[in-house]
Amino acid sequence: MLTVRGLTKKYGATEVVRGLDLTVRRGECFGLLGPNGAGKTTTLRLLLGLIEPDAGSIELAGIAVPQHAREARMKVGVVPQMDNLDPDFSVRENLFAYGRYFNMERAAIAARVPELLEFAGLASKADAQIAQLSGGMKRRLTLARALVHDPDILFLDEPTTGLDPQARHLIWQGLRRLIADGKTIVLTTHFMEEAERLTDRLAILDHGRLVAEGAPRALIESHIEPAVVEVYGEGLEVWMRDHASQVCQRSETVGETLFCYTGNAERVIDTLKQAPALRYLHRPSNLEDVFLKLTGRDLRD
Amino acid sequence: MIKHLRLPQLSWRFIPVWQRNYLVWKKLAIPSLLGNLADPMLYMLGLGYGLGSLMPDVAGMPYITFLAAGTVAYSTMNAATFEVLYSSFSRMHVQRTWDAIMNAPLTLDDVMLGELTWAVAKSLLSGVAILAVIWGLGLYGHFWMTLWIIPVVALVGFCFGGLGLVMNAVSPSYDFFLYYFSLVITPMVLLCGVFFPVSQLPLPVQAVSAWLPLTHAIDLARPLVVGNVPDDIVLHVVALLIYGSVGYVIALALTRKRLLK
Repeated sequence: MLTVRGLTKKYGATEVVRGLDLTVRRGECFGLLGPNGAGKTTTLRLLLGLIEPDAGSIELAGIAVPQHAREARMKVGVVPQMDNLDPDFSVRENLFAYGRYFNMERAAIAARVPELLEFAGLASKADAQIAQLSGGMKRRLTLARALVHDPDILFLDEPTTGLDPQARHLIWQGLRRLIADGKTIVLTTHFMEEAERLTDRLAILDHGRLVAEGAPRALIESHIEPAVVEVYGEGLEVWMRDHASQVCQRSETVGETLFCYTGNAERVIDTLKQAPALRYLHRPSNLEDVFLKLTGRDLRD
Repeated sequence: MIKHLRLPQLSWRFIPVWQRNYLVWKKLAIPSLLGNLADPMLYMLGLGYGLGSLMPDVAGMPYITFLAAGTVAYSTMNAATFEVLYSSFSRMHVQRTWDAIMNAPLTLDDVMLGELTWAVAKSLLSGVAILAVIWGLGLYGHFWMTLWIIPVVALVGFCFGGLGLVMNAVSPSYDFFLYYFSLVITPMVLLCGVFFPVSQLPLPVQAVSAWLPLTHAIDLARPLVVGNVPDDIVLHVVALLIYGSVGYVIALALTRKRLLK
């Protein structure tokens, strides 16, 4: 569905995307993860043919981009990071206006609108103005708008950023329905939970380069120990000196907390019980641990 | 900018963009028409009759006729300018409507062509409304001749739409447009013969005036109102086309640089 080879984009002397290779199969939900400035949004813009790469090739839905970007975009639906619904139109009119950009006949759009409104849970808001919608409703309408021309592949740029948990779960439900219907989805996010729940495979991007790729479970298994014990409180230094190197396979101190990565959490906890002033949290390791291991803990702005 | 400088890629895909602007305008057509037309109409009638009653003929015609012909060009210029400055800027920068459209199979060239042709449509509306007042008050020489004002108005809209889009491309905010109005539009209104004949100005200023697009617009519109064939038609038409086209091509390059990065 999407094949990217050696994709490179420079701004002046800085390479924002550096020789990226990606393959997304039909019907797959693919995640593009990375800290701010890793090149996720630039990559999406390249894939849509909105900007021209300095090197590399893109084939989207069997069409070469940017050479035939117009034709390729006919087959793609886009949910951008920032809402850009048309505030001069009502909910329904937004769908009609967007359909026209895809050259759709009025009747064809009209036939599609009821199911899109139902999908977005906005059937009762069809004639509402955009300003009257909540953040979650706007996102759902943006998602419905991206589906107006029944695209084969959907690009979502941080689809749930800024939403409350209720609204986020509704978006996830919608996306699961689309995946079940066989749509191909490419989404960028920095919510690890979102990536873990939705994607079949994901790629972690840092400084414009691919640092890991695979199924979420497989990435966790191959990059990180199965469990994490986060230790903090009075006496941490003593415990670190006496025990950490023996019981932790790998450890990392962040502020006042020690992250102890281990295959045998019980052994760690046994030693912690002898230091009652210490507090700890034991949990299975997750994608966020992989992400932080691969991209570091430094702030990115 | 040089990298982005190339000829516009024309495609019929601009039509849904034009249509989008039309549908939004239609919702507020009455207040929008009043807003666009009340101002030039009040100036034209107030000054035309008020000041005109104190004056002998100006350039061989009653002052109200003189002013009405100037107002056709001036209000057309304003209609196109306001549209591509404030309204296009809202759509491009504030509402991000252009971004949404460019995720569909439309290009920036399509969007800008939609904006330019919409500015021409708004100019036509504004110019023809003034023309209707001219007809109503009988301020014309030959009715059939005044019909030529309609294509002239479209051409003036194209000219100032193309020029205004350059401002849109470089503007950081709405406030920036005040420079364009204070430094370009208002001086042109005073130098190009809207309110008084250019021949009243000092000779060096007249020489400058001869190069300004609004002068060319008025040199076409005024004889047509009075019922004469304009002098140097080709010169004026070509001048307006060049101003509009060069402006539009530069605007496209600057907007590409701004948005497609």
